[in-house]
Amino acid sequence: MAESVVDAEDLAKADQVRISNETAVEIIGMSKWYGEFNVLKDINLRVRRGERIVICGPSGSGKSTMIRCINRLEEFQKGQIIVEGTELTNDLKKIDEIRRDVGMCFQHFNLFPHLTILENCTLAPIWVRKMPKKDAEELAMHYLKRVRIPDQAKKYPGQLSGGQQQRVAIARALCMKPKIMLFDEPTSALDPEMVKEVLDTMVGLANDGMTMLCVTHEMGFARQVANRVIFMDAGQIVEMNEPNAFFANPQHERTKLFLSQILH
Amino acid sequence: MTDATFIPADRPFVRAAMLAPEPPPAAVAGFSGWARANLFSGPFNTLLTLVCAAGAAYVAWVLVDFMALRAVWTGANREACVAPGTGACWPFITARFGQLLYGFYPADQHWRPAAVFFVAVALIAPLLIPSAPHKKLNALLFFVAFPIFAFVMLRGGLFGLRPVETRAWGGLLVTLVVATTGIVASLPLGVLLALGRRSKLPLIRFLSIAFIEFWRGVPLITVLFFATYMLPLFLPSGWTIDGLLRALVGVALFSAAYMAEVVRGGLQAIPKGQYEGAQALGLRYWPMMLLIVLPQALKLVIPGIVNTFIGLFKDTTLVAIVSIFDFLGIIRAGFADPNWATPVTVYTGFAFAGVVYFIFCYGMSRYSRFVEERLDTGHKR
Repeated sequence: MAESVVDAEDLAKADQVRISNETAVEIIGMSKWYGEFNVLKDINLRVRRGERIVICGPSGSGKSTMIRCINRLEEFQKGQIIVEGTELTNDLKKIDEIRRDVGMCFQHFNLFPHLTILENCTLAPIWVRKMPKKDAEELAMHYLKRVRIPDQAKKYPGQLSGGQQQRVAIARALCMKPKIMLFDEPTSALDPEMVKEVLDTMVGLANDGMTMLCVTHEMGFARQVANRVIFMDAGQIVEMNEPNAFFANPQHERTKLFLSQILH
Repeated sequence: MTDATFIPADRPFVRAAMLAPEPPPAAVAGFSGWARANLFSGPFNTLLTLVCAAGAAYVAWVLVDFMALRAVWTGANREACVAPGTGACWPFITARFGQLLYGFYPADQHWRPAAVFFVAVALIAPLLIPSAPHKKLNALLFFVAFPIFAFVMLRGGLFGLRPVETRAWGGLLVTLVVATTGIVASLPLGVLLALGRRSKLPLIRFLSIAFIEFWRGVPLITVLFFATYMLPLFLPSGWTIDGLLRALVGVALFSAAYMAEVVRGGLQAIPKGQYEGAQALGLRYWPMMLLIVLPQALKLVIPGIVNTFIGLFKDTTLVAIVSIFDFLGIIRAGFADPNWATPVTVYTGFAFAGVVYFIFCYGMSRYSRFVEERLDTGHKR
């Protein structure tokens, strides 16, 4: 477990080498409506390869909706999203292409309860990447070892604890060898004792240079891992800064209020 | 009460040793505990238990008395069963047994439906036993090769087999042919209709709704009647569709509409997160449906699916309305036989029919319980 605890300074040093100037995700003037309701307003964001971004904000601020637009689980009505050079349009082929490159972990894990842990992990490599079953299983075991639960491979999701399920979900996403990982409140449905094991796994992932966008309220994680912290409210990006400055010296009144509410 | 569990109200408390689990108290365990809790908890429940037990015993006695104790087991004609106080007249059944199984299928050709029946059993049994090997080959044989084999064998006209018109088919043969075809055709059709009804494409959704609502809106008898007596009026002269085939198609489409609504209920119970999990992994519509959504949805509605199967099995008796002699029809036809006109013939016939239908329907019901338990992977979320 020790290897996953990373010193923030080490990470920062390594980052100078790791974060390239190449763009992983670019969101340009994106707006979204649910009927009459304007959920996202003119979102502009460029994420470089290897960057780790933490998005926080009150519930209903549009943070989940924003990252769900990146792999097209949600449609948007205005603006552009470009993922790894491919622009998201209504073209199903483009959507497939982007979903293959973008992994996602959900608040409620969304594991497939009728399949074993191993089958959960091999499903997409076999059916989407057309990988032979044996190779897919090897790959799955590799990532299950990485999230430290290879011994649960034959069990069903219902037999695992919440923290273990979320780690399986991470392994499942990694089996598709994504270039970008999206995390939608990965620890907020977990028992307090299980939060750390999931965060440790995510830190390990950050350590390997994965491009990550995390919606989370784990401010310790944000401080330790993020390159930038984004604060959203009322469907827009209110403030964005590198974590030390963001927490020590928030500028916008709304950000100050939010931080004073959650950091006690 | 030992000292270890005494928690003082006025002082801090720290547990010295954790407690080990203990077996439950005797009063709630075992049969006597169960009976006390469920059957004899209080005077009113005790009274109810006794009244129900008496009622059940009485019904069981009546059945055993009629069907076994007072029953006549052998005889050549009605003379055996005319004595007053006689129970079931089983020779009536044994004498007509061939007809009950095959209807008016020529007696010298009975080996053909019998062969089809045994091949069917040989193919279905391993298909239903989870541990039997070669499931893919087995399914291929049953769903593709077997229908062709059964058609050729029963219908004849090929390979030197004497043609037997479907009008001559009857008895249990017809019941099983209609029920099996209906069951095998209605499930996939119903699944497609259910998916169609939830489709994002307006045309597909509209057609699915129209189909489902039409077939659910008319009684099966009307469907069979229409197919038999009115359809020929709409067809060009000289065109005919086999009578049994018309009934088969009617029954299959009719139950597909019901099946669609059962399956739709299951689809609605699948959380949105399952779709999103599959989509986020890059799965397209059909792999997502076939690998993730349908396996879970169908498992949820196994009771409903089997309910529809059982309903279909019993509804096959309605083909009697269009002069097809199914199992029940052929038994009723036997009532008119003066050779066996006795006061108990009707009761015997219906008792026998009841037992046979019950065996099939209860068998399906038990098997569905077995499948439910087998597919339970212990998740409840």
